[in-house]
Formats: sequence, structure tokens, C-alpha cells
Amino acid sequence: MTDVATTNGKATSRKDWASDQEVRWCPGCGDFTILAAMQTMLADIGARRESTVFVSGIGCSSRFPYYMNTYGIHSIHGRAPALASGLAIARPDLDIWVITGDGDALSIGGNHFIHAMRRNINMNIVLFNNQIYGLTKGQYSPTSEVGSVTKSTPYGSIDTPFNPVSLALGAEATYVARTHDMDRNHMMEVLKRAHEHKGTSFVEIYQNCNVYNDGVFSDITGKDRRADYLIPLVHGQAIRYGQNGEYGVARGDDGHLHLVRVEEVGEDALLIHDESLENPSQAFELSRLARGPHEPTPIGIFRSVERPEYGYEVARQVAEVEGKKGIGDIAALLQSSGTWTVN
Amino acid sequence: MKELDQVVIRFAGDSGDGMQLAGNRFTVVTSLIPNDLATLPDFPAEIRAPAGTVAGVSSFQIHFSDHDILTPGDKPDVLVAMNPAALKVHLSSLAPGGVILANVDAFDERSLSKAGYSSNPLEGDELSSYRVYKIPMTKLTLEACKDAGVKPRDAERSKNFFALGLVSWMYTRPVEPTIDWIQKRFASNELVREANLRSFKAGYNFGETAELFESQYEVAPATFRSGTYTSVTGNTALAWGLIAASRLAKMPLFLGSYPITPASDILHELAKLKEFGVKTFQAEDEIAGAGSALGAAFGGSLAVTTTSGPGIDLKAETIGLAAHLELPMVIVDIQRVGPSTGIPTKTEQSDLSAVVYGRHGESPVPVVAAMSPSHAFEAAIEACRIAVKYRTPVYLLSDGYIANSSEPWTLPDVSRIEPIDPNFLEEPNHVDDEGKPSYWPYIRDPETFARQWALPGTPGMEHRVGGLEHQDGSGSVSYDPLNHEKMVQLRQAKVEAIAKAIPPVGLNDPDGPGGADVLLVSWGSTYSAVMAGVKRVRARGMKAAMAHLMYLNPFPANLGEVLGHYRKILVPEINSGQLCTMLRAAYLVDAQSISKVQGLPFKTAEIEAAIMDVIDND
Repeated sequence: MTDVATTNGKATSRKDWASDQEVRWCPGCGDFTILAAMQTMLADIGARRESTVFVSGIGCSSRFPYYMNTYGIHSIHGRAPALASGLAIARPDLDIWVITGDGDALSIGGNHFIHAMRRNINMNIVLFNNQIYGLTKGQYSPTSEVGSVTKSTPYGSIDTPFNPVSLALGAEATYVARTHDMDRNHMMEVLKRAHEHKGTSFVEIYQNCNVYNDGVFSDITGKDRRADYLIPLVHGQAIRYGQNGEYGVARGDDGHLHLVRVEEVGEDALLIHDESLENPSQAFELSRLARGPHEPTPIGIFRSVERPEYGYEVARQVAEVEGKKGIGDIAALLQSSGTWTVN
Repeated sequence: MKELDQVVIRFAGDSGDGMQLAGNRFTVVTSLIPNDLATLPDFPAEIRAPAGTVAGVSSFQIHFSDHDILTPGDKPDVLVAMNPAALKVHLSSLAPGGVILANVDAFDERSLSKAGYSSNPLEGDELSSYRVYKIPMTKLTLEACKDAGVKPRDAERSKNFFALGLVSWMYTRPVEPTIDWIQKRFASNELVREANLRSFKAGYNFGETAELFESQYEVAPATFRSGTYTSVTGNTALAWGLIAASRLAKMPLFLGSYPITPASDILHELAKLKEFGVKTFQAEDEIAGAGSALGAAFGGSLAVTTTSGPGIDLKAETIGLAAHLELPMVIVDIQRVGPSTGIPTKTEQSDLSAVVYGRHGESPVPVVAAMSPSHAFEAAIEACRIAVKYRTPVYLLSDGYIANSSEPWTLPDVSRIEPIDPNFLEEPNHVDDEGKPSYWPYIRDPETFARQWALPGTPGMEHRVGGLEHQDGSGSVSYDPLNHEKMVQLRQAKVEAIAKAIPPVGLNDPDGPGGADVLLVSWGSTYSAVMAGVKRVRARGMKAAMAHLMYLNPFPANLGEVLGHYRKILVPEINSGQLCTMLRAAYLVDAQSISKVQGLPFKTAEIEAAIMDVIDND
């Protein structure tokens, strides 16, 4: 194994993180702002390019590694978490990002996606959710809403979509966040926290596909209506939204969370957001407040808790056995089931 | 005491009767004589098939001798039949005049009917051509355990040790190793330990005192070349070979695997051996087994994924990516009966075409095959060596027969095996247009065509690899038609270049090249039966030659020349003729397939008959 040598310790800027490849997303694609946020954030926090690996599957978002001046693998449709798992276990020293989309992560790659999270392997999974298949030119995806008219659903989709945040919470994820491509600062903050988190971090980014699904998140992300549709989740603060903070989230007498008018329930009744709750039930409830992106939707960090990281645990077991038995001796191994000698 | 030069014993009973355990213990004490030996375990896929039925019969065959042997034997001389179903299944393969040791207690009306017998075969004339010993094994086992405090139902489970004790007496095997083993193995369970010990001794003493048997038999020690020996199964040897390769390459071993019969034992073995720095990962599926291995390979591990037939279908896309990225990994396929789920516990060689050709696009992958249980060690090292040297995925083929069988093995001196040099690149290998040093991942060695490989964590070597076609040299995404053609040719040329580095195929023809009337070509586990068959034919004064292929892709450079010496070529395979087709296509020779697809290895007699048939019809 190569020891990681530090570079000269010089601070990097965003352009140091950009590769020499021409970025080939459609003009106006939300992916551009995500790329800029990622590059800026990594420069800002003083991350090291030689220790950073971007792994992706297939889809528009999965071209991302080619544009990062780091190590990278553009792999197979849906399989990025599988490759990243092996890399993370083999190399706990690396900082691994999985870039994926709604089709890549939730359809063809659903199995690897959930298992990475339950194991809590050291990787940050960033899911660009645009509720459409872009690279294959406009079929519905596992996050498309019921009734979506696409090339493969000319009479409207009849599939119930996945809610990626709910799914991640159900899969035992320890860090679950949602952000969107129209707020670079929020993206950077959420990605930075994902980077700091030990284990698997999951970040869903509402990303606009301006060619095949333009404006699908515009209620939430557009500047004109954002205040009434975007529910900011801030740890330790009351969950409140609206032009003048007139709405909020509170637990009703029925035991469920509801969107409320603050003047009706009083400020004290508002739910205080706590991302550190061990029990994921409240985070899950928050993820179910909106049935789709046309209803007020929580944005922010739903859950951030600590659990042993898988790669660390693998290394710990190896070290423990090595400590107990001593470093393995091949000659002794070959004799371990008994021998006889012929002279 | 009578001397025998060789014996074949088959232990057969219900899956719950512990026949594999009895067979394995008998193998261990036989290896201590030392006799030469070969074994053939054969068991149903179900954990517990319906008790007492023919579907639930499990058997373990051992062939041991005072001379060099190759196969587990065609026909048993002794059949231990723990129940009527075992007799029903195995009687037809028993040698004429063979011995049947039947647990007469199990031949009750219900068990007879479950096995499909309308009357008790032990009582009629049906078995008159055999020497039948009717032994109340269950009763004697219960009797032996009477005062041990074991419940009768639990005591009965020890009857395999009674059988083992009896057979150990008949063939004068030492008892101490078995007693020691029982004491250690069941150290924490006093009742079971006591029941097994008593039953084993009761079986042994029964042989001595019952005056049922005319004599004991002795099989003199075989002449082994000097050295230290152990007895290994193919799966164990393969796992150890991977560990040795990891040491030789100074690359940590990573195994990404999903449980599948008959490959799981490799995962089990490596999961135990963490003191060798091995990281094993039981993935969520076969695809992730391969994917995690490829990810670990990118990070510089000696990356391996293990599977059997159905798994290779699922891993195919990842192997294609590995071939395209040009990263080393080893895919171990312990072949079993296919297609589909097939017969999971039975052996076949039917994945050869799939591993050579079974990926989309032009995706050449080298293929190496183990020929015997102990050879799996060497084959594993060789697969890793090729993978690392040429930066390519390599298929390592074994099969269910090799995986579970065992044979004596002269322990190799690992310190004398040539190291594997991963030759990681740590400095830039290119200067860009602005005069800045940079790293191009697809600059190649002019002889091997292997690319220069840098690991993440190395400053200044940051680079991206991917499944999109890339420019030769720089590795940048390229859709240029001529570049794609060049890359396809380069990837092919790289695999073909391996033929220059592997040993030429050996020709076994006492009369020199072209001297024999027929050439037998074997690969994988057919080696033993083919070699034994060729020896028998030669003993009859006929001329047969043999060549064994360890490398299936690319073929050794001299293979065409070797084949060209013979007018008649026979290719026995446990498939429908896959290698035969490949040889015909590659060399335009009139090779003929000898095919067997019954989930079992060839018998020596079958090979002998096939050769005689060709010679007689000349």
C-alpha cells in the first residue's frame, strides 16, 4: 500500500480541482452549479486532491468524475457504491465520493445503494435527483411522480415513486440530507458536513434537467415561491418557513407531524429540529411531509448520527487477529492441517 | 493380515448420517500411513433432503494405494451402506465381488419402502454376487453409549463413528489420530465427545472380536518423493495460493464474494486468515462481489472475487469494465452443473466458453485452470501473476470435483517462488503541452503492452479511468473511430502477449512427437482420469499421447505445433465439447470431443474405452 504523502501543503483554489476535460452537460443544466459547489467546497476545506476519489455509475451525473482533477472511476450503471465499497475497505485513507442519479442509484443500483448505507462504509453518496432519465433521452425514473408523461409513459406513469430520503433512512443511513442546485451555499454546507461525517453520507440534490424535465422543482427552488415551499431544517431550531415565517411544523394531537400556521399553534408548539436523534422516526416523518415537489418540502440535514464505520471495523478485526496470532506465516499455514514427512 | 496394493471405499448414507465426516477422517489417517490417495465427495444440494430417500444420499469415496494413483477410482471395492437408499443408489457401481457393510438396523420396512424396495435386499438373492456383512450398527452404537448419559436419539448420531472405527480396523488404520481429533473437536461438549469416542472404539473392537471377517487388510505405504506432505482440498489450496500470491506481490489481499456452492469455502477459509492481512467482504450480491474487488484493485489491493456458474453471468459486466480499465483482478469460478441453478453440488466444466467469450464487446480475458486439488495453489498464484503483470482481469477455473476432493501434496517452499512485481508508477510519465509533468494512465510497456499504473494517494498522479472508450496514452474520453480500433487491438494484443511468457504445453509421448496413434488433450480436472486412461492403454501395448492445458486463453504458443503431429485428437471434457470447438476453430484440426455431462468426473475406464475405440477403428 502506498503511504499517502502530503503535498506541499499549499491551499488550493476551485480551479485546481477542475480537470482539463471540457464539461459536456447541456447548457443550463443544474449539474454545473453542483460541480462548482463541490470544487469550491473541497478547495475551501483544504481537502487533498491525491486522496480524493470520485466514483460514478452511468447517467448524466455520472460524467462528474471526468471533470474533477482528482482520482476517479466512471464505472457501470448502478454499481458505483459497489466499487466504492471495495475501495473504501481496501483504502480507509481515501476520501471517496459516489456521484449518482435517480435512475443509477434507485433503479438499477438500488441494492448497492441500500447496502452501502446499512454498512456505513466511508463514502459520500451524492444523488442528483431530476426525476427523469436524461442520458437515455427522457424516460420516467423511479422518482418521477405518478402521472408523469414521458417517452416511455405517454399516458402517464403509474409507478409509485421512491422518496430517496425516506429510503436512505429506512436503509439505516447515518447521515441523510437534501439540498438543491439553486443554492450554492446550502449545497456547500451540506456537502462539507457529508465530508466530515464518518461512514456513509447521503445527500439528495434536487437538480433541474432543463431539457427533459424543466422546472420540476421550481416551486421549491425558484426564488419567487421558495419561501412558501422550502422548509429549512436547521439543527436546534424550530422548523419554520413562509415569507414571514408564518408557517411551521408541529406535532398534532393525533401524534403526527403537520404543517401549521404559527399564529394558530403558537411558536412554542413548533417542532425543534434535532438531526442527532438516534431513533430515525422523526426524520422519517419529516421526509414524508411532502408527497412531491409541489408541496412544502424540508431541505437540510435530516439525520446525522454516529455509528462504527465499516472499513475501520474491517481493519480493526485484521489488526486484532494479527495482534493475537502474530503476522501470518505462510509455511506454518501450509502445515496447519497436519503433515507427514518422507525421507 | 492380507496385503492389498489399492482399495476403493465408498461411505454412503443419508445426508444426516455424517458420511462426509467419516470419509474425511478416514482420509486423514490414510494420509498418515502414508498411502497415495484421491477422494470424491458427492452430496445432495439440499441441506436435509427428505431422510431415507434416494435423493438424500450422501457419499464419500476414497481410493488409496501403495503406488502412485491419479483418480478416486472407478468402482468401489467396499460400500458402507448406512441405509437402504444408500445401497439402492450405489450398488450398481460396486465392483463384482465387492464388500457391502450394511447397517442392518436401518433396513426396516419403512426405510425400505422410502428407498423404493418392495422387499429387503439383504435377505434375498439380489446381493449374492457380493460379500455382504449385515452389521447392527445402530444397535451396537446405542449399546456402546448406554452408560454415557447420552439420550438414545443423540447417541444414534454417532453411528458414523462406529462405521469409521470398523473400516479403520479392516484396513489397519491407526486409531490415535482419530481419537485425538474427536477429543479436540468436541472438547466443549462432553456428551457428544464421549458418544463419538465410544462408538468409534466399539466399531474398531467389533471388527477385532466379531470373527465376522476373514482377515484384516494392509495397504503398504506408497513411495513418495522425499518431502513434507499434507492433504488438501482444492478450495483450501486455492485460498492458500491467493494468500501466497498476496505475499509474493506485497499487495494486500481483498476478496469480494457472495456465498455460492461450491465456492463458499474459499470465502470461509480467507475470512479466517486475517493474520495475513486479508480483507474479506461478503457483498450484497454477485455483482457487488466483483464490483468491490474492482474498486479494491483500483486502490492497489490484490483483488479477487469467487463464485460459481450463475455468478459469472452476473459478474460479466464488471469483468468487461476491468478489461477496459486494464486493472488486475482474479475471478475464481468453481464450476458446477448448469445451466441456471443446475445441480449445485455436482461438477462440470461447462463454463469454459462463457469465461473465454461471455462478455459484450471485444473483451479478451486470460483464463487459467487448476488440474487437481493441490494444483489449485499454483494455479491461483499464476492467475494473480498474470493479472498484476498485464493489468488485466484473469479467470481462474476450478470445479466442484477439485474443490471438495483432496490429495497428498508436497509442501512447496514459498520463499523460492518468483515474486510478483506490481511495478506501481510513482512519478509522472508525461509532459503536457505547457511543459508540466503529468501522468498518462495508458502508456504501455512495449513488450507486454501492460499499462503504467499509479495508485490513488500518490500526489501528482491524479487521473480518471472509465468505461467510455479512451485515448491510447492519455486515457481521455475518445470517440475517435481509429483510436477505438487501435484500443481494441491493443487490448487483444496484450492478452495474446501472455502466450510468450507462459511455458509451452508439455507433450507426453514416449515415442516422441507424432509417435502415438492418438493424442489426448485434457484441461482442468480431466487431467487425472485422462492420464490414468492413457497409462492403461499403454499398459495394453497401445500408443497414446497426452497434452494437458493449464492455460485456456491464450493457448501456449506451441499448441498448434503439438496438435499438428497427430492425425487423431481426442478432447475429453465434462461439457459438450467446448475446448474441442475452440481447438478446431483456432488450429483447423480434426479434434473429436469425448463428452460426459453427468455431474461426475470421468472414470478411467471411460477414457480407456474411448481411446481403444479410436485405435480399433483406425
